[in-house]
Amino acid sequence: MNAIIISALWGVVMMFGGVFFKKSTIPKYWAIAGIIILLAANILEFRGIQIFNIDVKGMLHFDNFGLQFNTISFICTFLFFLLNGREIEKVGENVSEYFALIFFILCGVSISSSFNTLLMLFLGIEIMSIPSYILTGSDKRNLKSNEASLKYFLMGAFSTGLMLMGIALIYGGNSLGSFYINMIELGTGKMPVMIAAGLVLLVVSMSFKVSAAPFHFWAADVYDGAPTVFTSFMATIVKIAGFIAFIRLFQVSFGIIQQQWQMLIAVITAATLLIGNLTAVFQQSVKRMLAYSSIAHAGFMMFALFALNNTAKEGLILYALSYSVATIGMFAILVKMSDYTIEGFNGLYKYQPVLACTATIFLLSLTGIPLTAGFASKFYMLLAAVKDGHQIWLVVLAVICAAISAVYYFRAIQAIYFKEPPAGAYPQLDVTRNFKYLLIISAAIIILAGILPSLVVDWLYY
Amino acid sequence: MEIKWYLFLSIALFCIGVVGALTRRNSIIVFMCIELMLNSVNLLLVAFSKMHLGGAIPNVASAINAQIFVFFIMIVAAAEVSVGLAIIVMMYRNTKSIDINFLNRLKN
Repeated sequence: MNAIIISALWGVVMMFGGVFFKKSTIPKYWAIAGIIILLAANILEFRGIQIFNIDVKGMLHFDNFGLQFNTISFICTFLFFLLNGREIEKVGENVSEYFALIFFILCGVSISSSFNTLLMLFLGIEIMSIPSYILTGSDKRNLKSNEASLKYFLMGAFSTGLMLMGIALIYGGNSLGSFYINMIELGTGKMPVMIAAGLVLLVVSMSFKVSAAPFHFWAADVYDGAPTVFTSFMATIVKIAGFIAFIRLFQVSFGIIQQQWQMLIAVITAATLLIGNLTAVFQQSVKRMLAYSSIAHAGFMMFALFALNNTAKEGLILYALSYSVATIGMFAILVKMSDYTIEGFNGLYKYQPVLACTATIFLLSLTGIPLTAGFASKFYMLLAAVKDGHQIWLVVLAVICAAISAVYYFRAIQAIYFKEPPAGAYPQLDVTRNFKYLLIISAAIIILAGILPSLVVDWLYY
Repeated sequence: MEIKWYLFLSIALFCIGVVGALTRRNSIIVFMCIELMLNSVNLLLVAFSKMHLGGAIPNVASAINAQIFVFFIMIVAAAEVSVGLAIIVMMYRNTKSIDINFLNRLKN
């Protein structure tokens, strides 16, 4: 509750602050202060202290899983603000509003990690999506940004319509007539037709939101067209919050009949893994490559939904951390480059050794090389599927796809270390000392979580 | 009247919306089709709400829940309209067109 209310309030503060802040550098500090307050309030709630005590009639339910996910997403947002604060100022004139929109997204994230009724699921997903449409189109003069925003908006609204139809059918199909996700009556034996249709519509619409194949086609264009700073936010925190909502919904309301929909999820997972990894191999632009890699990682995160056991939840928490930190760090480096193609990274090692070294760690983590957090989280995901024990072929496929992903990540590493930098003067990058320290800290988080994943995972059982 | 007629009507409206959203090229019309989808859901929820109210044991709480849900859908749809039309206007200012086929340029 703390996080939901404080993030919404702080969003309003930032929105009106836009009128009063004279200089465009001020909003950044307010946003950083806000995220620290938010993090503190969330940790207080973790310890059982509620600042706001509101009777929500059981529509929201706060458990360790959701709260820990909130903590991780706030930490990642904090890192995102620190790394990209100066770049957000360069996107356009309304700096304060961009931060306000990000706070509203965080409000949606907190709702979708704690909903207990289908109404709250719908509101949480929408509060997350609508600001994302605006952030995608925030570069108003850029045609690519406009198109990406329109596409994202139409796809998002369409999938919302599907989700609502699913919710309505589930409501009509159960005799209790309840929107509470733990009170959906599934009957014994075969599912009623209306509930089955609602279930399929919910799977489709949530797959849209998390960009799982075959509903992934908007993702690459939108992530490519959006301003790069906001891509890194949307591809990490918004997407993982979608996964949390997806898993919460299916575990609580449809967990009993897992056998009946597990095959559907298995097919979606396999398609996402294959499409994401195979298309990423052919990309020349690093931004587009990271967009496809985010689809591929969505495939790995689908394993948590497939298995739905405790290992899967631990794995998803770890995946949220490792994937978000690595992607935010990689995008922060990418924003500083003048050339977004892989050639742009040629010989980075010669003139920016710190950036080169941290970029390597991020890419290794995304590939899943041991000793990085990426390995530990992929390991947990596959372990969850093996423990579940129903579709072992999926695990084999995932390992093959992880091997394929090495092709495109290592191409960038090869460019950094083994290609000659452009002749003449080295490209001048606008990199401050603090930025480098922050990158080193992010890389340290990744290695630490890779060596001791239990540090992150054990929080679930406090 | 039986509930199934309402169900057929709103599923028909919903399908018109889905087909329109997937086949039309004018972004305003696509947008209208999406609104049609949302409104067919509103109709369905209200019909189900009435169904729960009219059974042998009237279930007032769940009937009211569905009606409240309809209001939330309206509010969210209004928020989406305001953002969506702004995006379409922004697009029109830059390209002097609201045709969706323009979007395919993004791929190259």
